[in-house]
Amino acid sequence: MEVGRLPISAALKGKLVSAGYTSLSLLSSLSPSHLARDLNISENEALDILKHAPLDGRIDTSSGHHVINGAQTAWDMLHEEELLTRITTSSVDIDNILGGGISCREVTEIGGVPGIGKTQLGIQLAVNVQLPVHCGGLGGKAIYIDTEGSFMVERVLQIAEACRDDMSANNALSQNVHAGQVGMQPKDFLENILYFRVCSYAEQIALINYLDKFMSEHKDVKIIIIDSITFHFRQDFEDMALRTRLLSGMALKLMKLAKKFCLAVVLLNQVTTKFAEGSFQLTLALGDSWSHACTNRIILYWNGNERYAYIDKSPSLRSASAPYAVTARGIRNNVSNCKRIKLM
Amino acid sequence: MANRLISEMGLPKSIANVFAARSIKTAKALSLLEQRNRNEQLAGHLPTGLKGLDEALFGGIPFGVITELVGPAGIGKTQFCLKLSLLASLPMRHGGLDGQVIYIDMESKFSSKRLIEIGAQSFPEIFHMRGMAQEMAGRILVLRPVSLAEFTESLQQIKILLLERRVKLLVIDSMAALASGEFEHGASKINPLGWHISFLKSVAELSRIPIVVTNQVRSQSNDDTWRYNFQVGTRRQDLEDTPKYDSHLIAALGIHWSHAVTIRLILETISGERFIKVAKSPMSPALAFPFSITSSGISLLNDDGIEVVGQEISTIHCHGHSEIIGSDSLQFHG
Repeated sequence: MEVGRLPISAALKGKLVSAGYTSLSLLSSLSPSHLARDLNISENEALDILKHAPLDGRIDTSSGHHVINGAQTAWDMLHEEELLTRITTSSVDIDNILGGGISCREVTEIGGVPGIGKTQLGIQLAVNVQLPVHCGGLGGKAIYIDTEGSFMVERVLQIAEACRDDMSANNALSQNVHAGQVGMQPKDFLENILYFRVCSYAEQIALINYLDKFMSEHKDVKIIIIDSITFHFRQDFEDMALRTRLLSGMALKLMKLAKKFCLAVVLLNQVTTKFAEGSFQLTLALGDSWSHACTNRIILYWNGNERYAYIDKSPSLRSASAPYAVTARGIRNNVSNCKRIKLM
Repeated sequence: MANRLISEMGLPKSIANVFAARSIKTAKALSLLEQRNRNEQLAGHLPTGLKGLDEALFGGIPFGVITELVGPAGIGKTQFCLKLSLLASLPMRHGGLDGQVIYIDMESKFSSKRLIEIGAQSFPEIFHMRGMAQEMAGRILVLRPVSLAEFTESLQQIKILLLERRVKLLVIDSMAALASGEFEHGASKINPLGWHISFLKSVAELSRIPIVVTNQVRSQSNDDTWRYNFQVGTRRQDLEDTPKYDSHLIAALGIHWSHAVTIRLILETISGERFIKVAKSPMSPALAFPFSITSSGISLLNDDGIEVVGQEISTIHCHGHSEIIGSDSLQFHG
């Protein structure tokens, strides 16, 4: 919150600005007596002002320019981006090409042919987001919006159990367990996945509209997964212009949610074919206008007999491919890849 | 039921009321698991009686989703459907769902004589009791729509029956016949079955029953080896690698349908042997099981399954198919 928006009198605001305090982060480490002397005001008034300063010196995510609302300098943004932790995908190769994992405050679209592992990756992320930060998660809850009915609870339990096993193996190795810390049980993982099932595009839009209010009550949600964003929009939509409008409206709202609540939004998409360069090619569904809507775009595809993830579009990541495997324990590294490394 | 789950989510009252009013189903994943374990037989699965397949599918054909059976003609899809219809009608103490079955027979393949034969061979103790055969067969309702419009109307009527909660399984044999053109001339080519797919999925989930759909195959033209635009350079190499002696088939109804089904079981023949494999499933490993058709339906020759790596799991083979069709029919009537 900028100094200009503090609930104090205009005179005090004027004194703060002329003394050089244009942003609240500058106030965070001051004592009331110091501020009182600087501004030539009483100590009570100084205490009043400091009440609104961020207590732990954490960078205020909505700090902005003191003249233009909502503007931020690139330098401030750099600091924020460095602080953001990412959510691991449980495959080291994919995490590497993603710069650590799925990042917050961005909308990531993941698409692929049926059976390639989109839902598997979605479920893996819903489990991984709950891990503590030192294990690659964010210690938060997950919202899973299911439009196709492919969320199988038994599979989530299987992945959660494997996650618990991996965590206790890691803890045993690094002796990282703090005294009295109880490891997370598979049922705890399930408890923290909030599941929504929508059966039509109207419900889908209604739900996304309400998520803003829902999120302000549930600040511990750190990832929203929509599986899949396409399904209800591929049924006979006679008015394609309406479809494009609805989709772009949805994309904007999701982007707003990601930025406002500092969470990751993952959208799973299907594929379709288009005629380009003289032959039919595979491409993600929902058209060209949709392809601009998401921040990052990852395509999962088959290369021979192996599954690969390819970064198709990203403002900050290089185009790269990484192999992965879908195992009984969830998404993992491709085993044959590891074998090759050992032989060398 | 849905309202109780919503209240467990800890939503503020205004939002919870709105969701309930719009029937947006929501719950914590844990509550879903516990509710299914409590209320449904075998936590929501219809056991097929094929041990290896049931294990791979975590109990059997799951409730609430669409399971597709796809394969070349004569491989045994209808046989499998007949067996499943029987299993769903059996009383619970014999592993059934003790309910009615609706069988939509698009190609006139339903044979009640064969149904009774399967029943008598697999469960002789039930079927030799007086009146039991009639009761079991009486629970299976067979519909024979002749046009897409009639099919649509039947679906609407079925929804009412489903809400009364006596129907425990819906079989559609086959879905491909609807889109093949013999039913509807001049229909929208883009996605004539779009509404039906959505409808089936929502009806499956509302009433928590399994829906089994069979699909046909068509041969693969070279254009079908699709690639993304960033893969274009590798295409020529693949065309050379494709073995020419094997005839490759793909499932009919297109890629939208492939996305829409939750579980896809492919039935195929390789070198004269029949295999059933789990090609698409959110929770199963990629396994293929050899099977054969017997007087008691379908039986697996190997319960452990053969692991299939990579894209092989999605391809449908038809190698050596004509030989077994001929020989089986001789054994059958013999």
